Amino acid sequence: MAVTRENFDRLAQARKRRPRWLQAAFDFARHRPLGAIGAVIIVVMAIVGFGAPWVAPFDPLSTDYAAMIARPSLTHWLGTDAYGRDVLSRILYGSRTALIVGFGASLTGSIAGALIGVASAYFGGRTDLVVQRIMDVVISFPIIILALSVVAILGTGVHNVIFAIAIPMIPRCARVVRASALAVREMPYVDAARAAGFGDARIVLRHMLPNVMAPYLIMLTSFLGQAILLEASLSFLGLGVQEPIAAWGLMLRGAAVDFAETAPWMAIFPGLAISLAVFGFNLFGDSLRDALDPRLRTQ
Amino acid sequence: MLQYLVKRLLLMIPTLFGVAVLIFLLLRVVPGDVVEARYLTQGSQFQSQELMNLERKKLGLDQPIWKQFAGWMGGVLRLDFGTSMWTGSPISEEIRLRFALSLELALLATVVATLLAVPLGILAAVKQDSWIDYAVRVFSIAGLAMPSFWLGILMILAMLIFFKWLPPMVFTPIWVNPWDNLAQLIWPALAVGYRYSAVATRMMRSSMLEVLREDYIRTARAKGLWLKLILSRHAMKNAMLPVITVIGLEFAFLLGGLVVTEQVFNLNGLGLLFVEAISHRDYTLTQALVLIVASVFILINFATDIAYAWLDPRIRYR
Repeated sequence: MAVTRENFDRLAQARKRRPRWLQAAFDFARHRPLGAIGAVIIVVMAIVGFGAPWVAPFDPLSTDYAAMIARPSLTHWLGTDAYGRDVLSRILYGSRTALIVGFGASLTGSIAGALIGVASAYFGGRTDLVVQRIMDVVISFPIIILALSVVAILGTGVHNVIFAIAIPMIPRCARVVRASALAVREMPYVDAARAAGFGDARIVLRHMLPNVMAPYLIMLTSFLGQAILLEASLSFLGLGVQEPIAAWGLMLRGAAVDFAETAPWMAIFPGLAISLAVFGFNLFGDSLRDALDPRLRTQ
Repeated sequence: MLQYLVKRLLLMIPTLFGVAVLIFLLLRVVPGDVVEARYLTQGSQFQSQELMNLERKKLGLDQPIWKQFAGWMGGVLRLDFGTSMWTGSPISEEIRLRFALSLELALLATVVATLLAVPLGILAAVKQDSWIDYAVRVFSIAGLAMPSFWLGILMILAMLIFFKWLPPMVFTPIWVNPWDNLAQLIWPALAVGYRYSAVATRMMRSSMLEVLREDYIRTARAKGLWLKLILSRHAMKNAMLPVITVIGLEFAFLLGGLVVTEQVFNLNGLGLLFVEAISHRDYTLTQALVLIVASVFILINFATDIAYAWLDPRIRYR
């Protein structure tokens, strides 16, 4: 379509009518098609996950011993598992579990990490030194080992898994956020806030935190995919989400491996779901990072 | 230079001490102890409170916590990790074979990752924004998305269906039969190495892109140097620095963090040993494992920093 005077005006008007956030979303999608694909995957995941009761053909918990380990067919599109439960329905419900654990863990971990990072940079001096050494200690634990230790203390189940995944993320986020908060601390508006007699908490929360949003969002989105992978790993080990809740990692456990040769659908489809979800979050996160941080644009 | 090295080495001590304190306390917060865990598996007829207390006394679990910690630390300083509370055999013996396995797997995965990442990263950077670049990027993002344990399951499945063959399930040390050893370990190494290479490929590509825009590369091109020579002599050396860091850090995580992949391939490595130790509430073994893995992580961190300063003369020691 040629840009004539007339349709240029119309386009400009269409632009004006859209709310600001919608416009931002449109711009993001046009400049970063890969990121938009990621966003679409996430949105679809959210819709099928939370709309699972209406979308899923079967109840994810109802067992059908007449149709155990059934091949994919017109009734059971992706087959059934060792208890005769519909694999497709469990994958759709599992999407909800993955999103809850993914968002729960990365929000908890990154918010705690961001607060610690900003406070550490703001107070500086000895506080900063001590906090950073503690973060060094926690970072020296491999993520999965720290998560397993937390599960051993708290026990399994969705809420505990969220904590177990959030804790290793805290120091990683705190480090990155602290680095940008150090620069923010030197800004005149922080001095001004202090001169105006505002308290430490107010300066940290109202003046510094909003200005480290870019690195914070980057960390948050990169954690999302990792959290979903970790949840799958923990559940696969039997130390995460527990049966009979539908979770992708759990679906790969036990019978899925034992009967892999005769019933490969049990092992293939849940793994595909994990990969697709993490793929979506990574694509979206990468593009968001490019958009927010011009210095990293080449990555 | 020497002063810098000594300072960095000394800074490792408080971090390691912190790791020791943290894991020691974490374990004491975990409900239950090794005596309870053992009687639970042996059935209830032995479960008299008296017997259990006697057992605790034998293991030194009745002593105040600070005394237990001091005793443990005293041993660690003499590089003596004590005996496993579960099996009663020395921890150095418990760990030896499993450490060998995990180390070999980590090394193999690193080789796989490096062989994939360096050429792919360079190719993607040189052909930036071409279809090759996009293919490499999609390949590496997919590698990040696929759980390596699932990739492992798929590999086993493919071998079963297409070749009617399974990799050996009993571990043979490399000094006994290198061929059997490799036939078993190459598959998990490939599964883990793919994911690991994804991280390194992305780093290689981005640092190569940066280096290719440097003045000395333009100079080299201007004097008509052969492109292959520019890449191998001028660009690669400088672009490798951040890649080395990534590879080093990932390596440290591979050593203790392959719990799930080890499970899939039925390998008794450090990761599974850790899961066993913690479910047995085997304090001494868990503590030793965490301390060893953390030490390796901190040492590799240190080594990559040194390598950095050594490879890039522009970086000064402080």
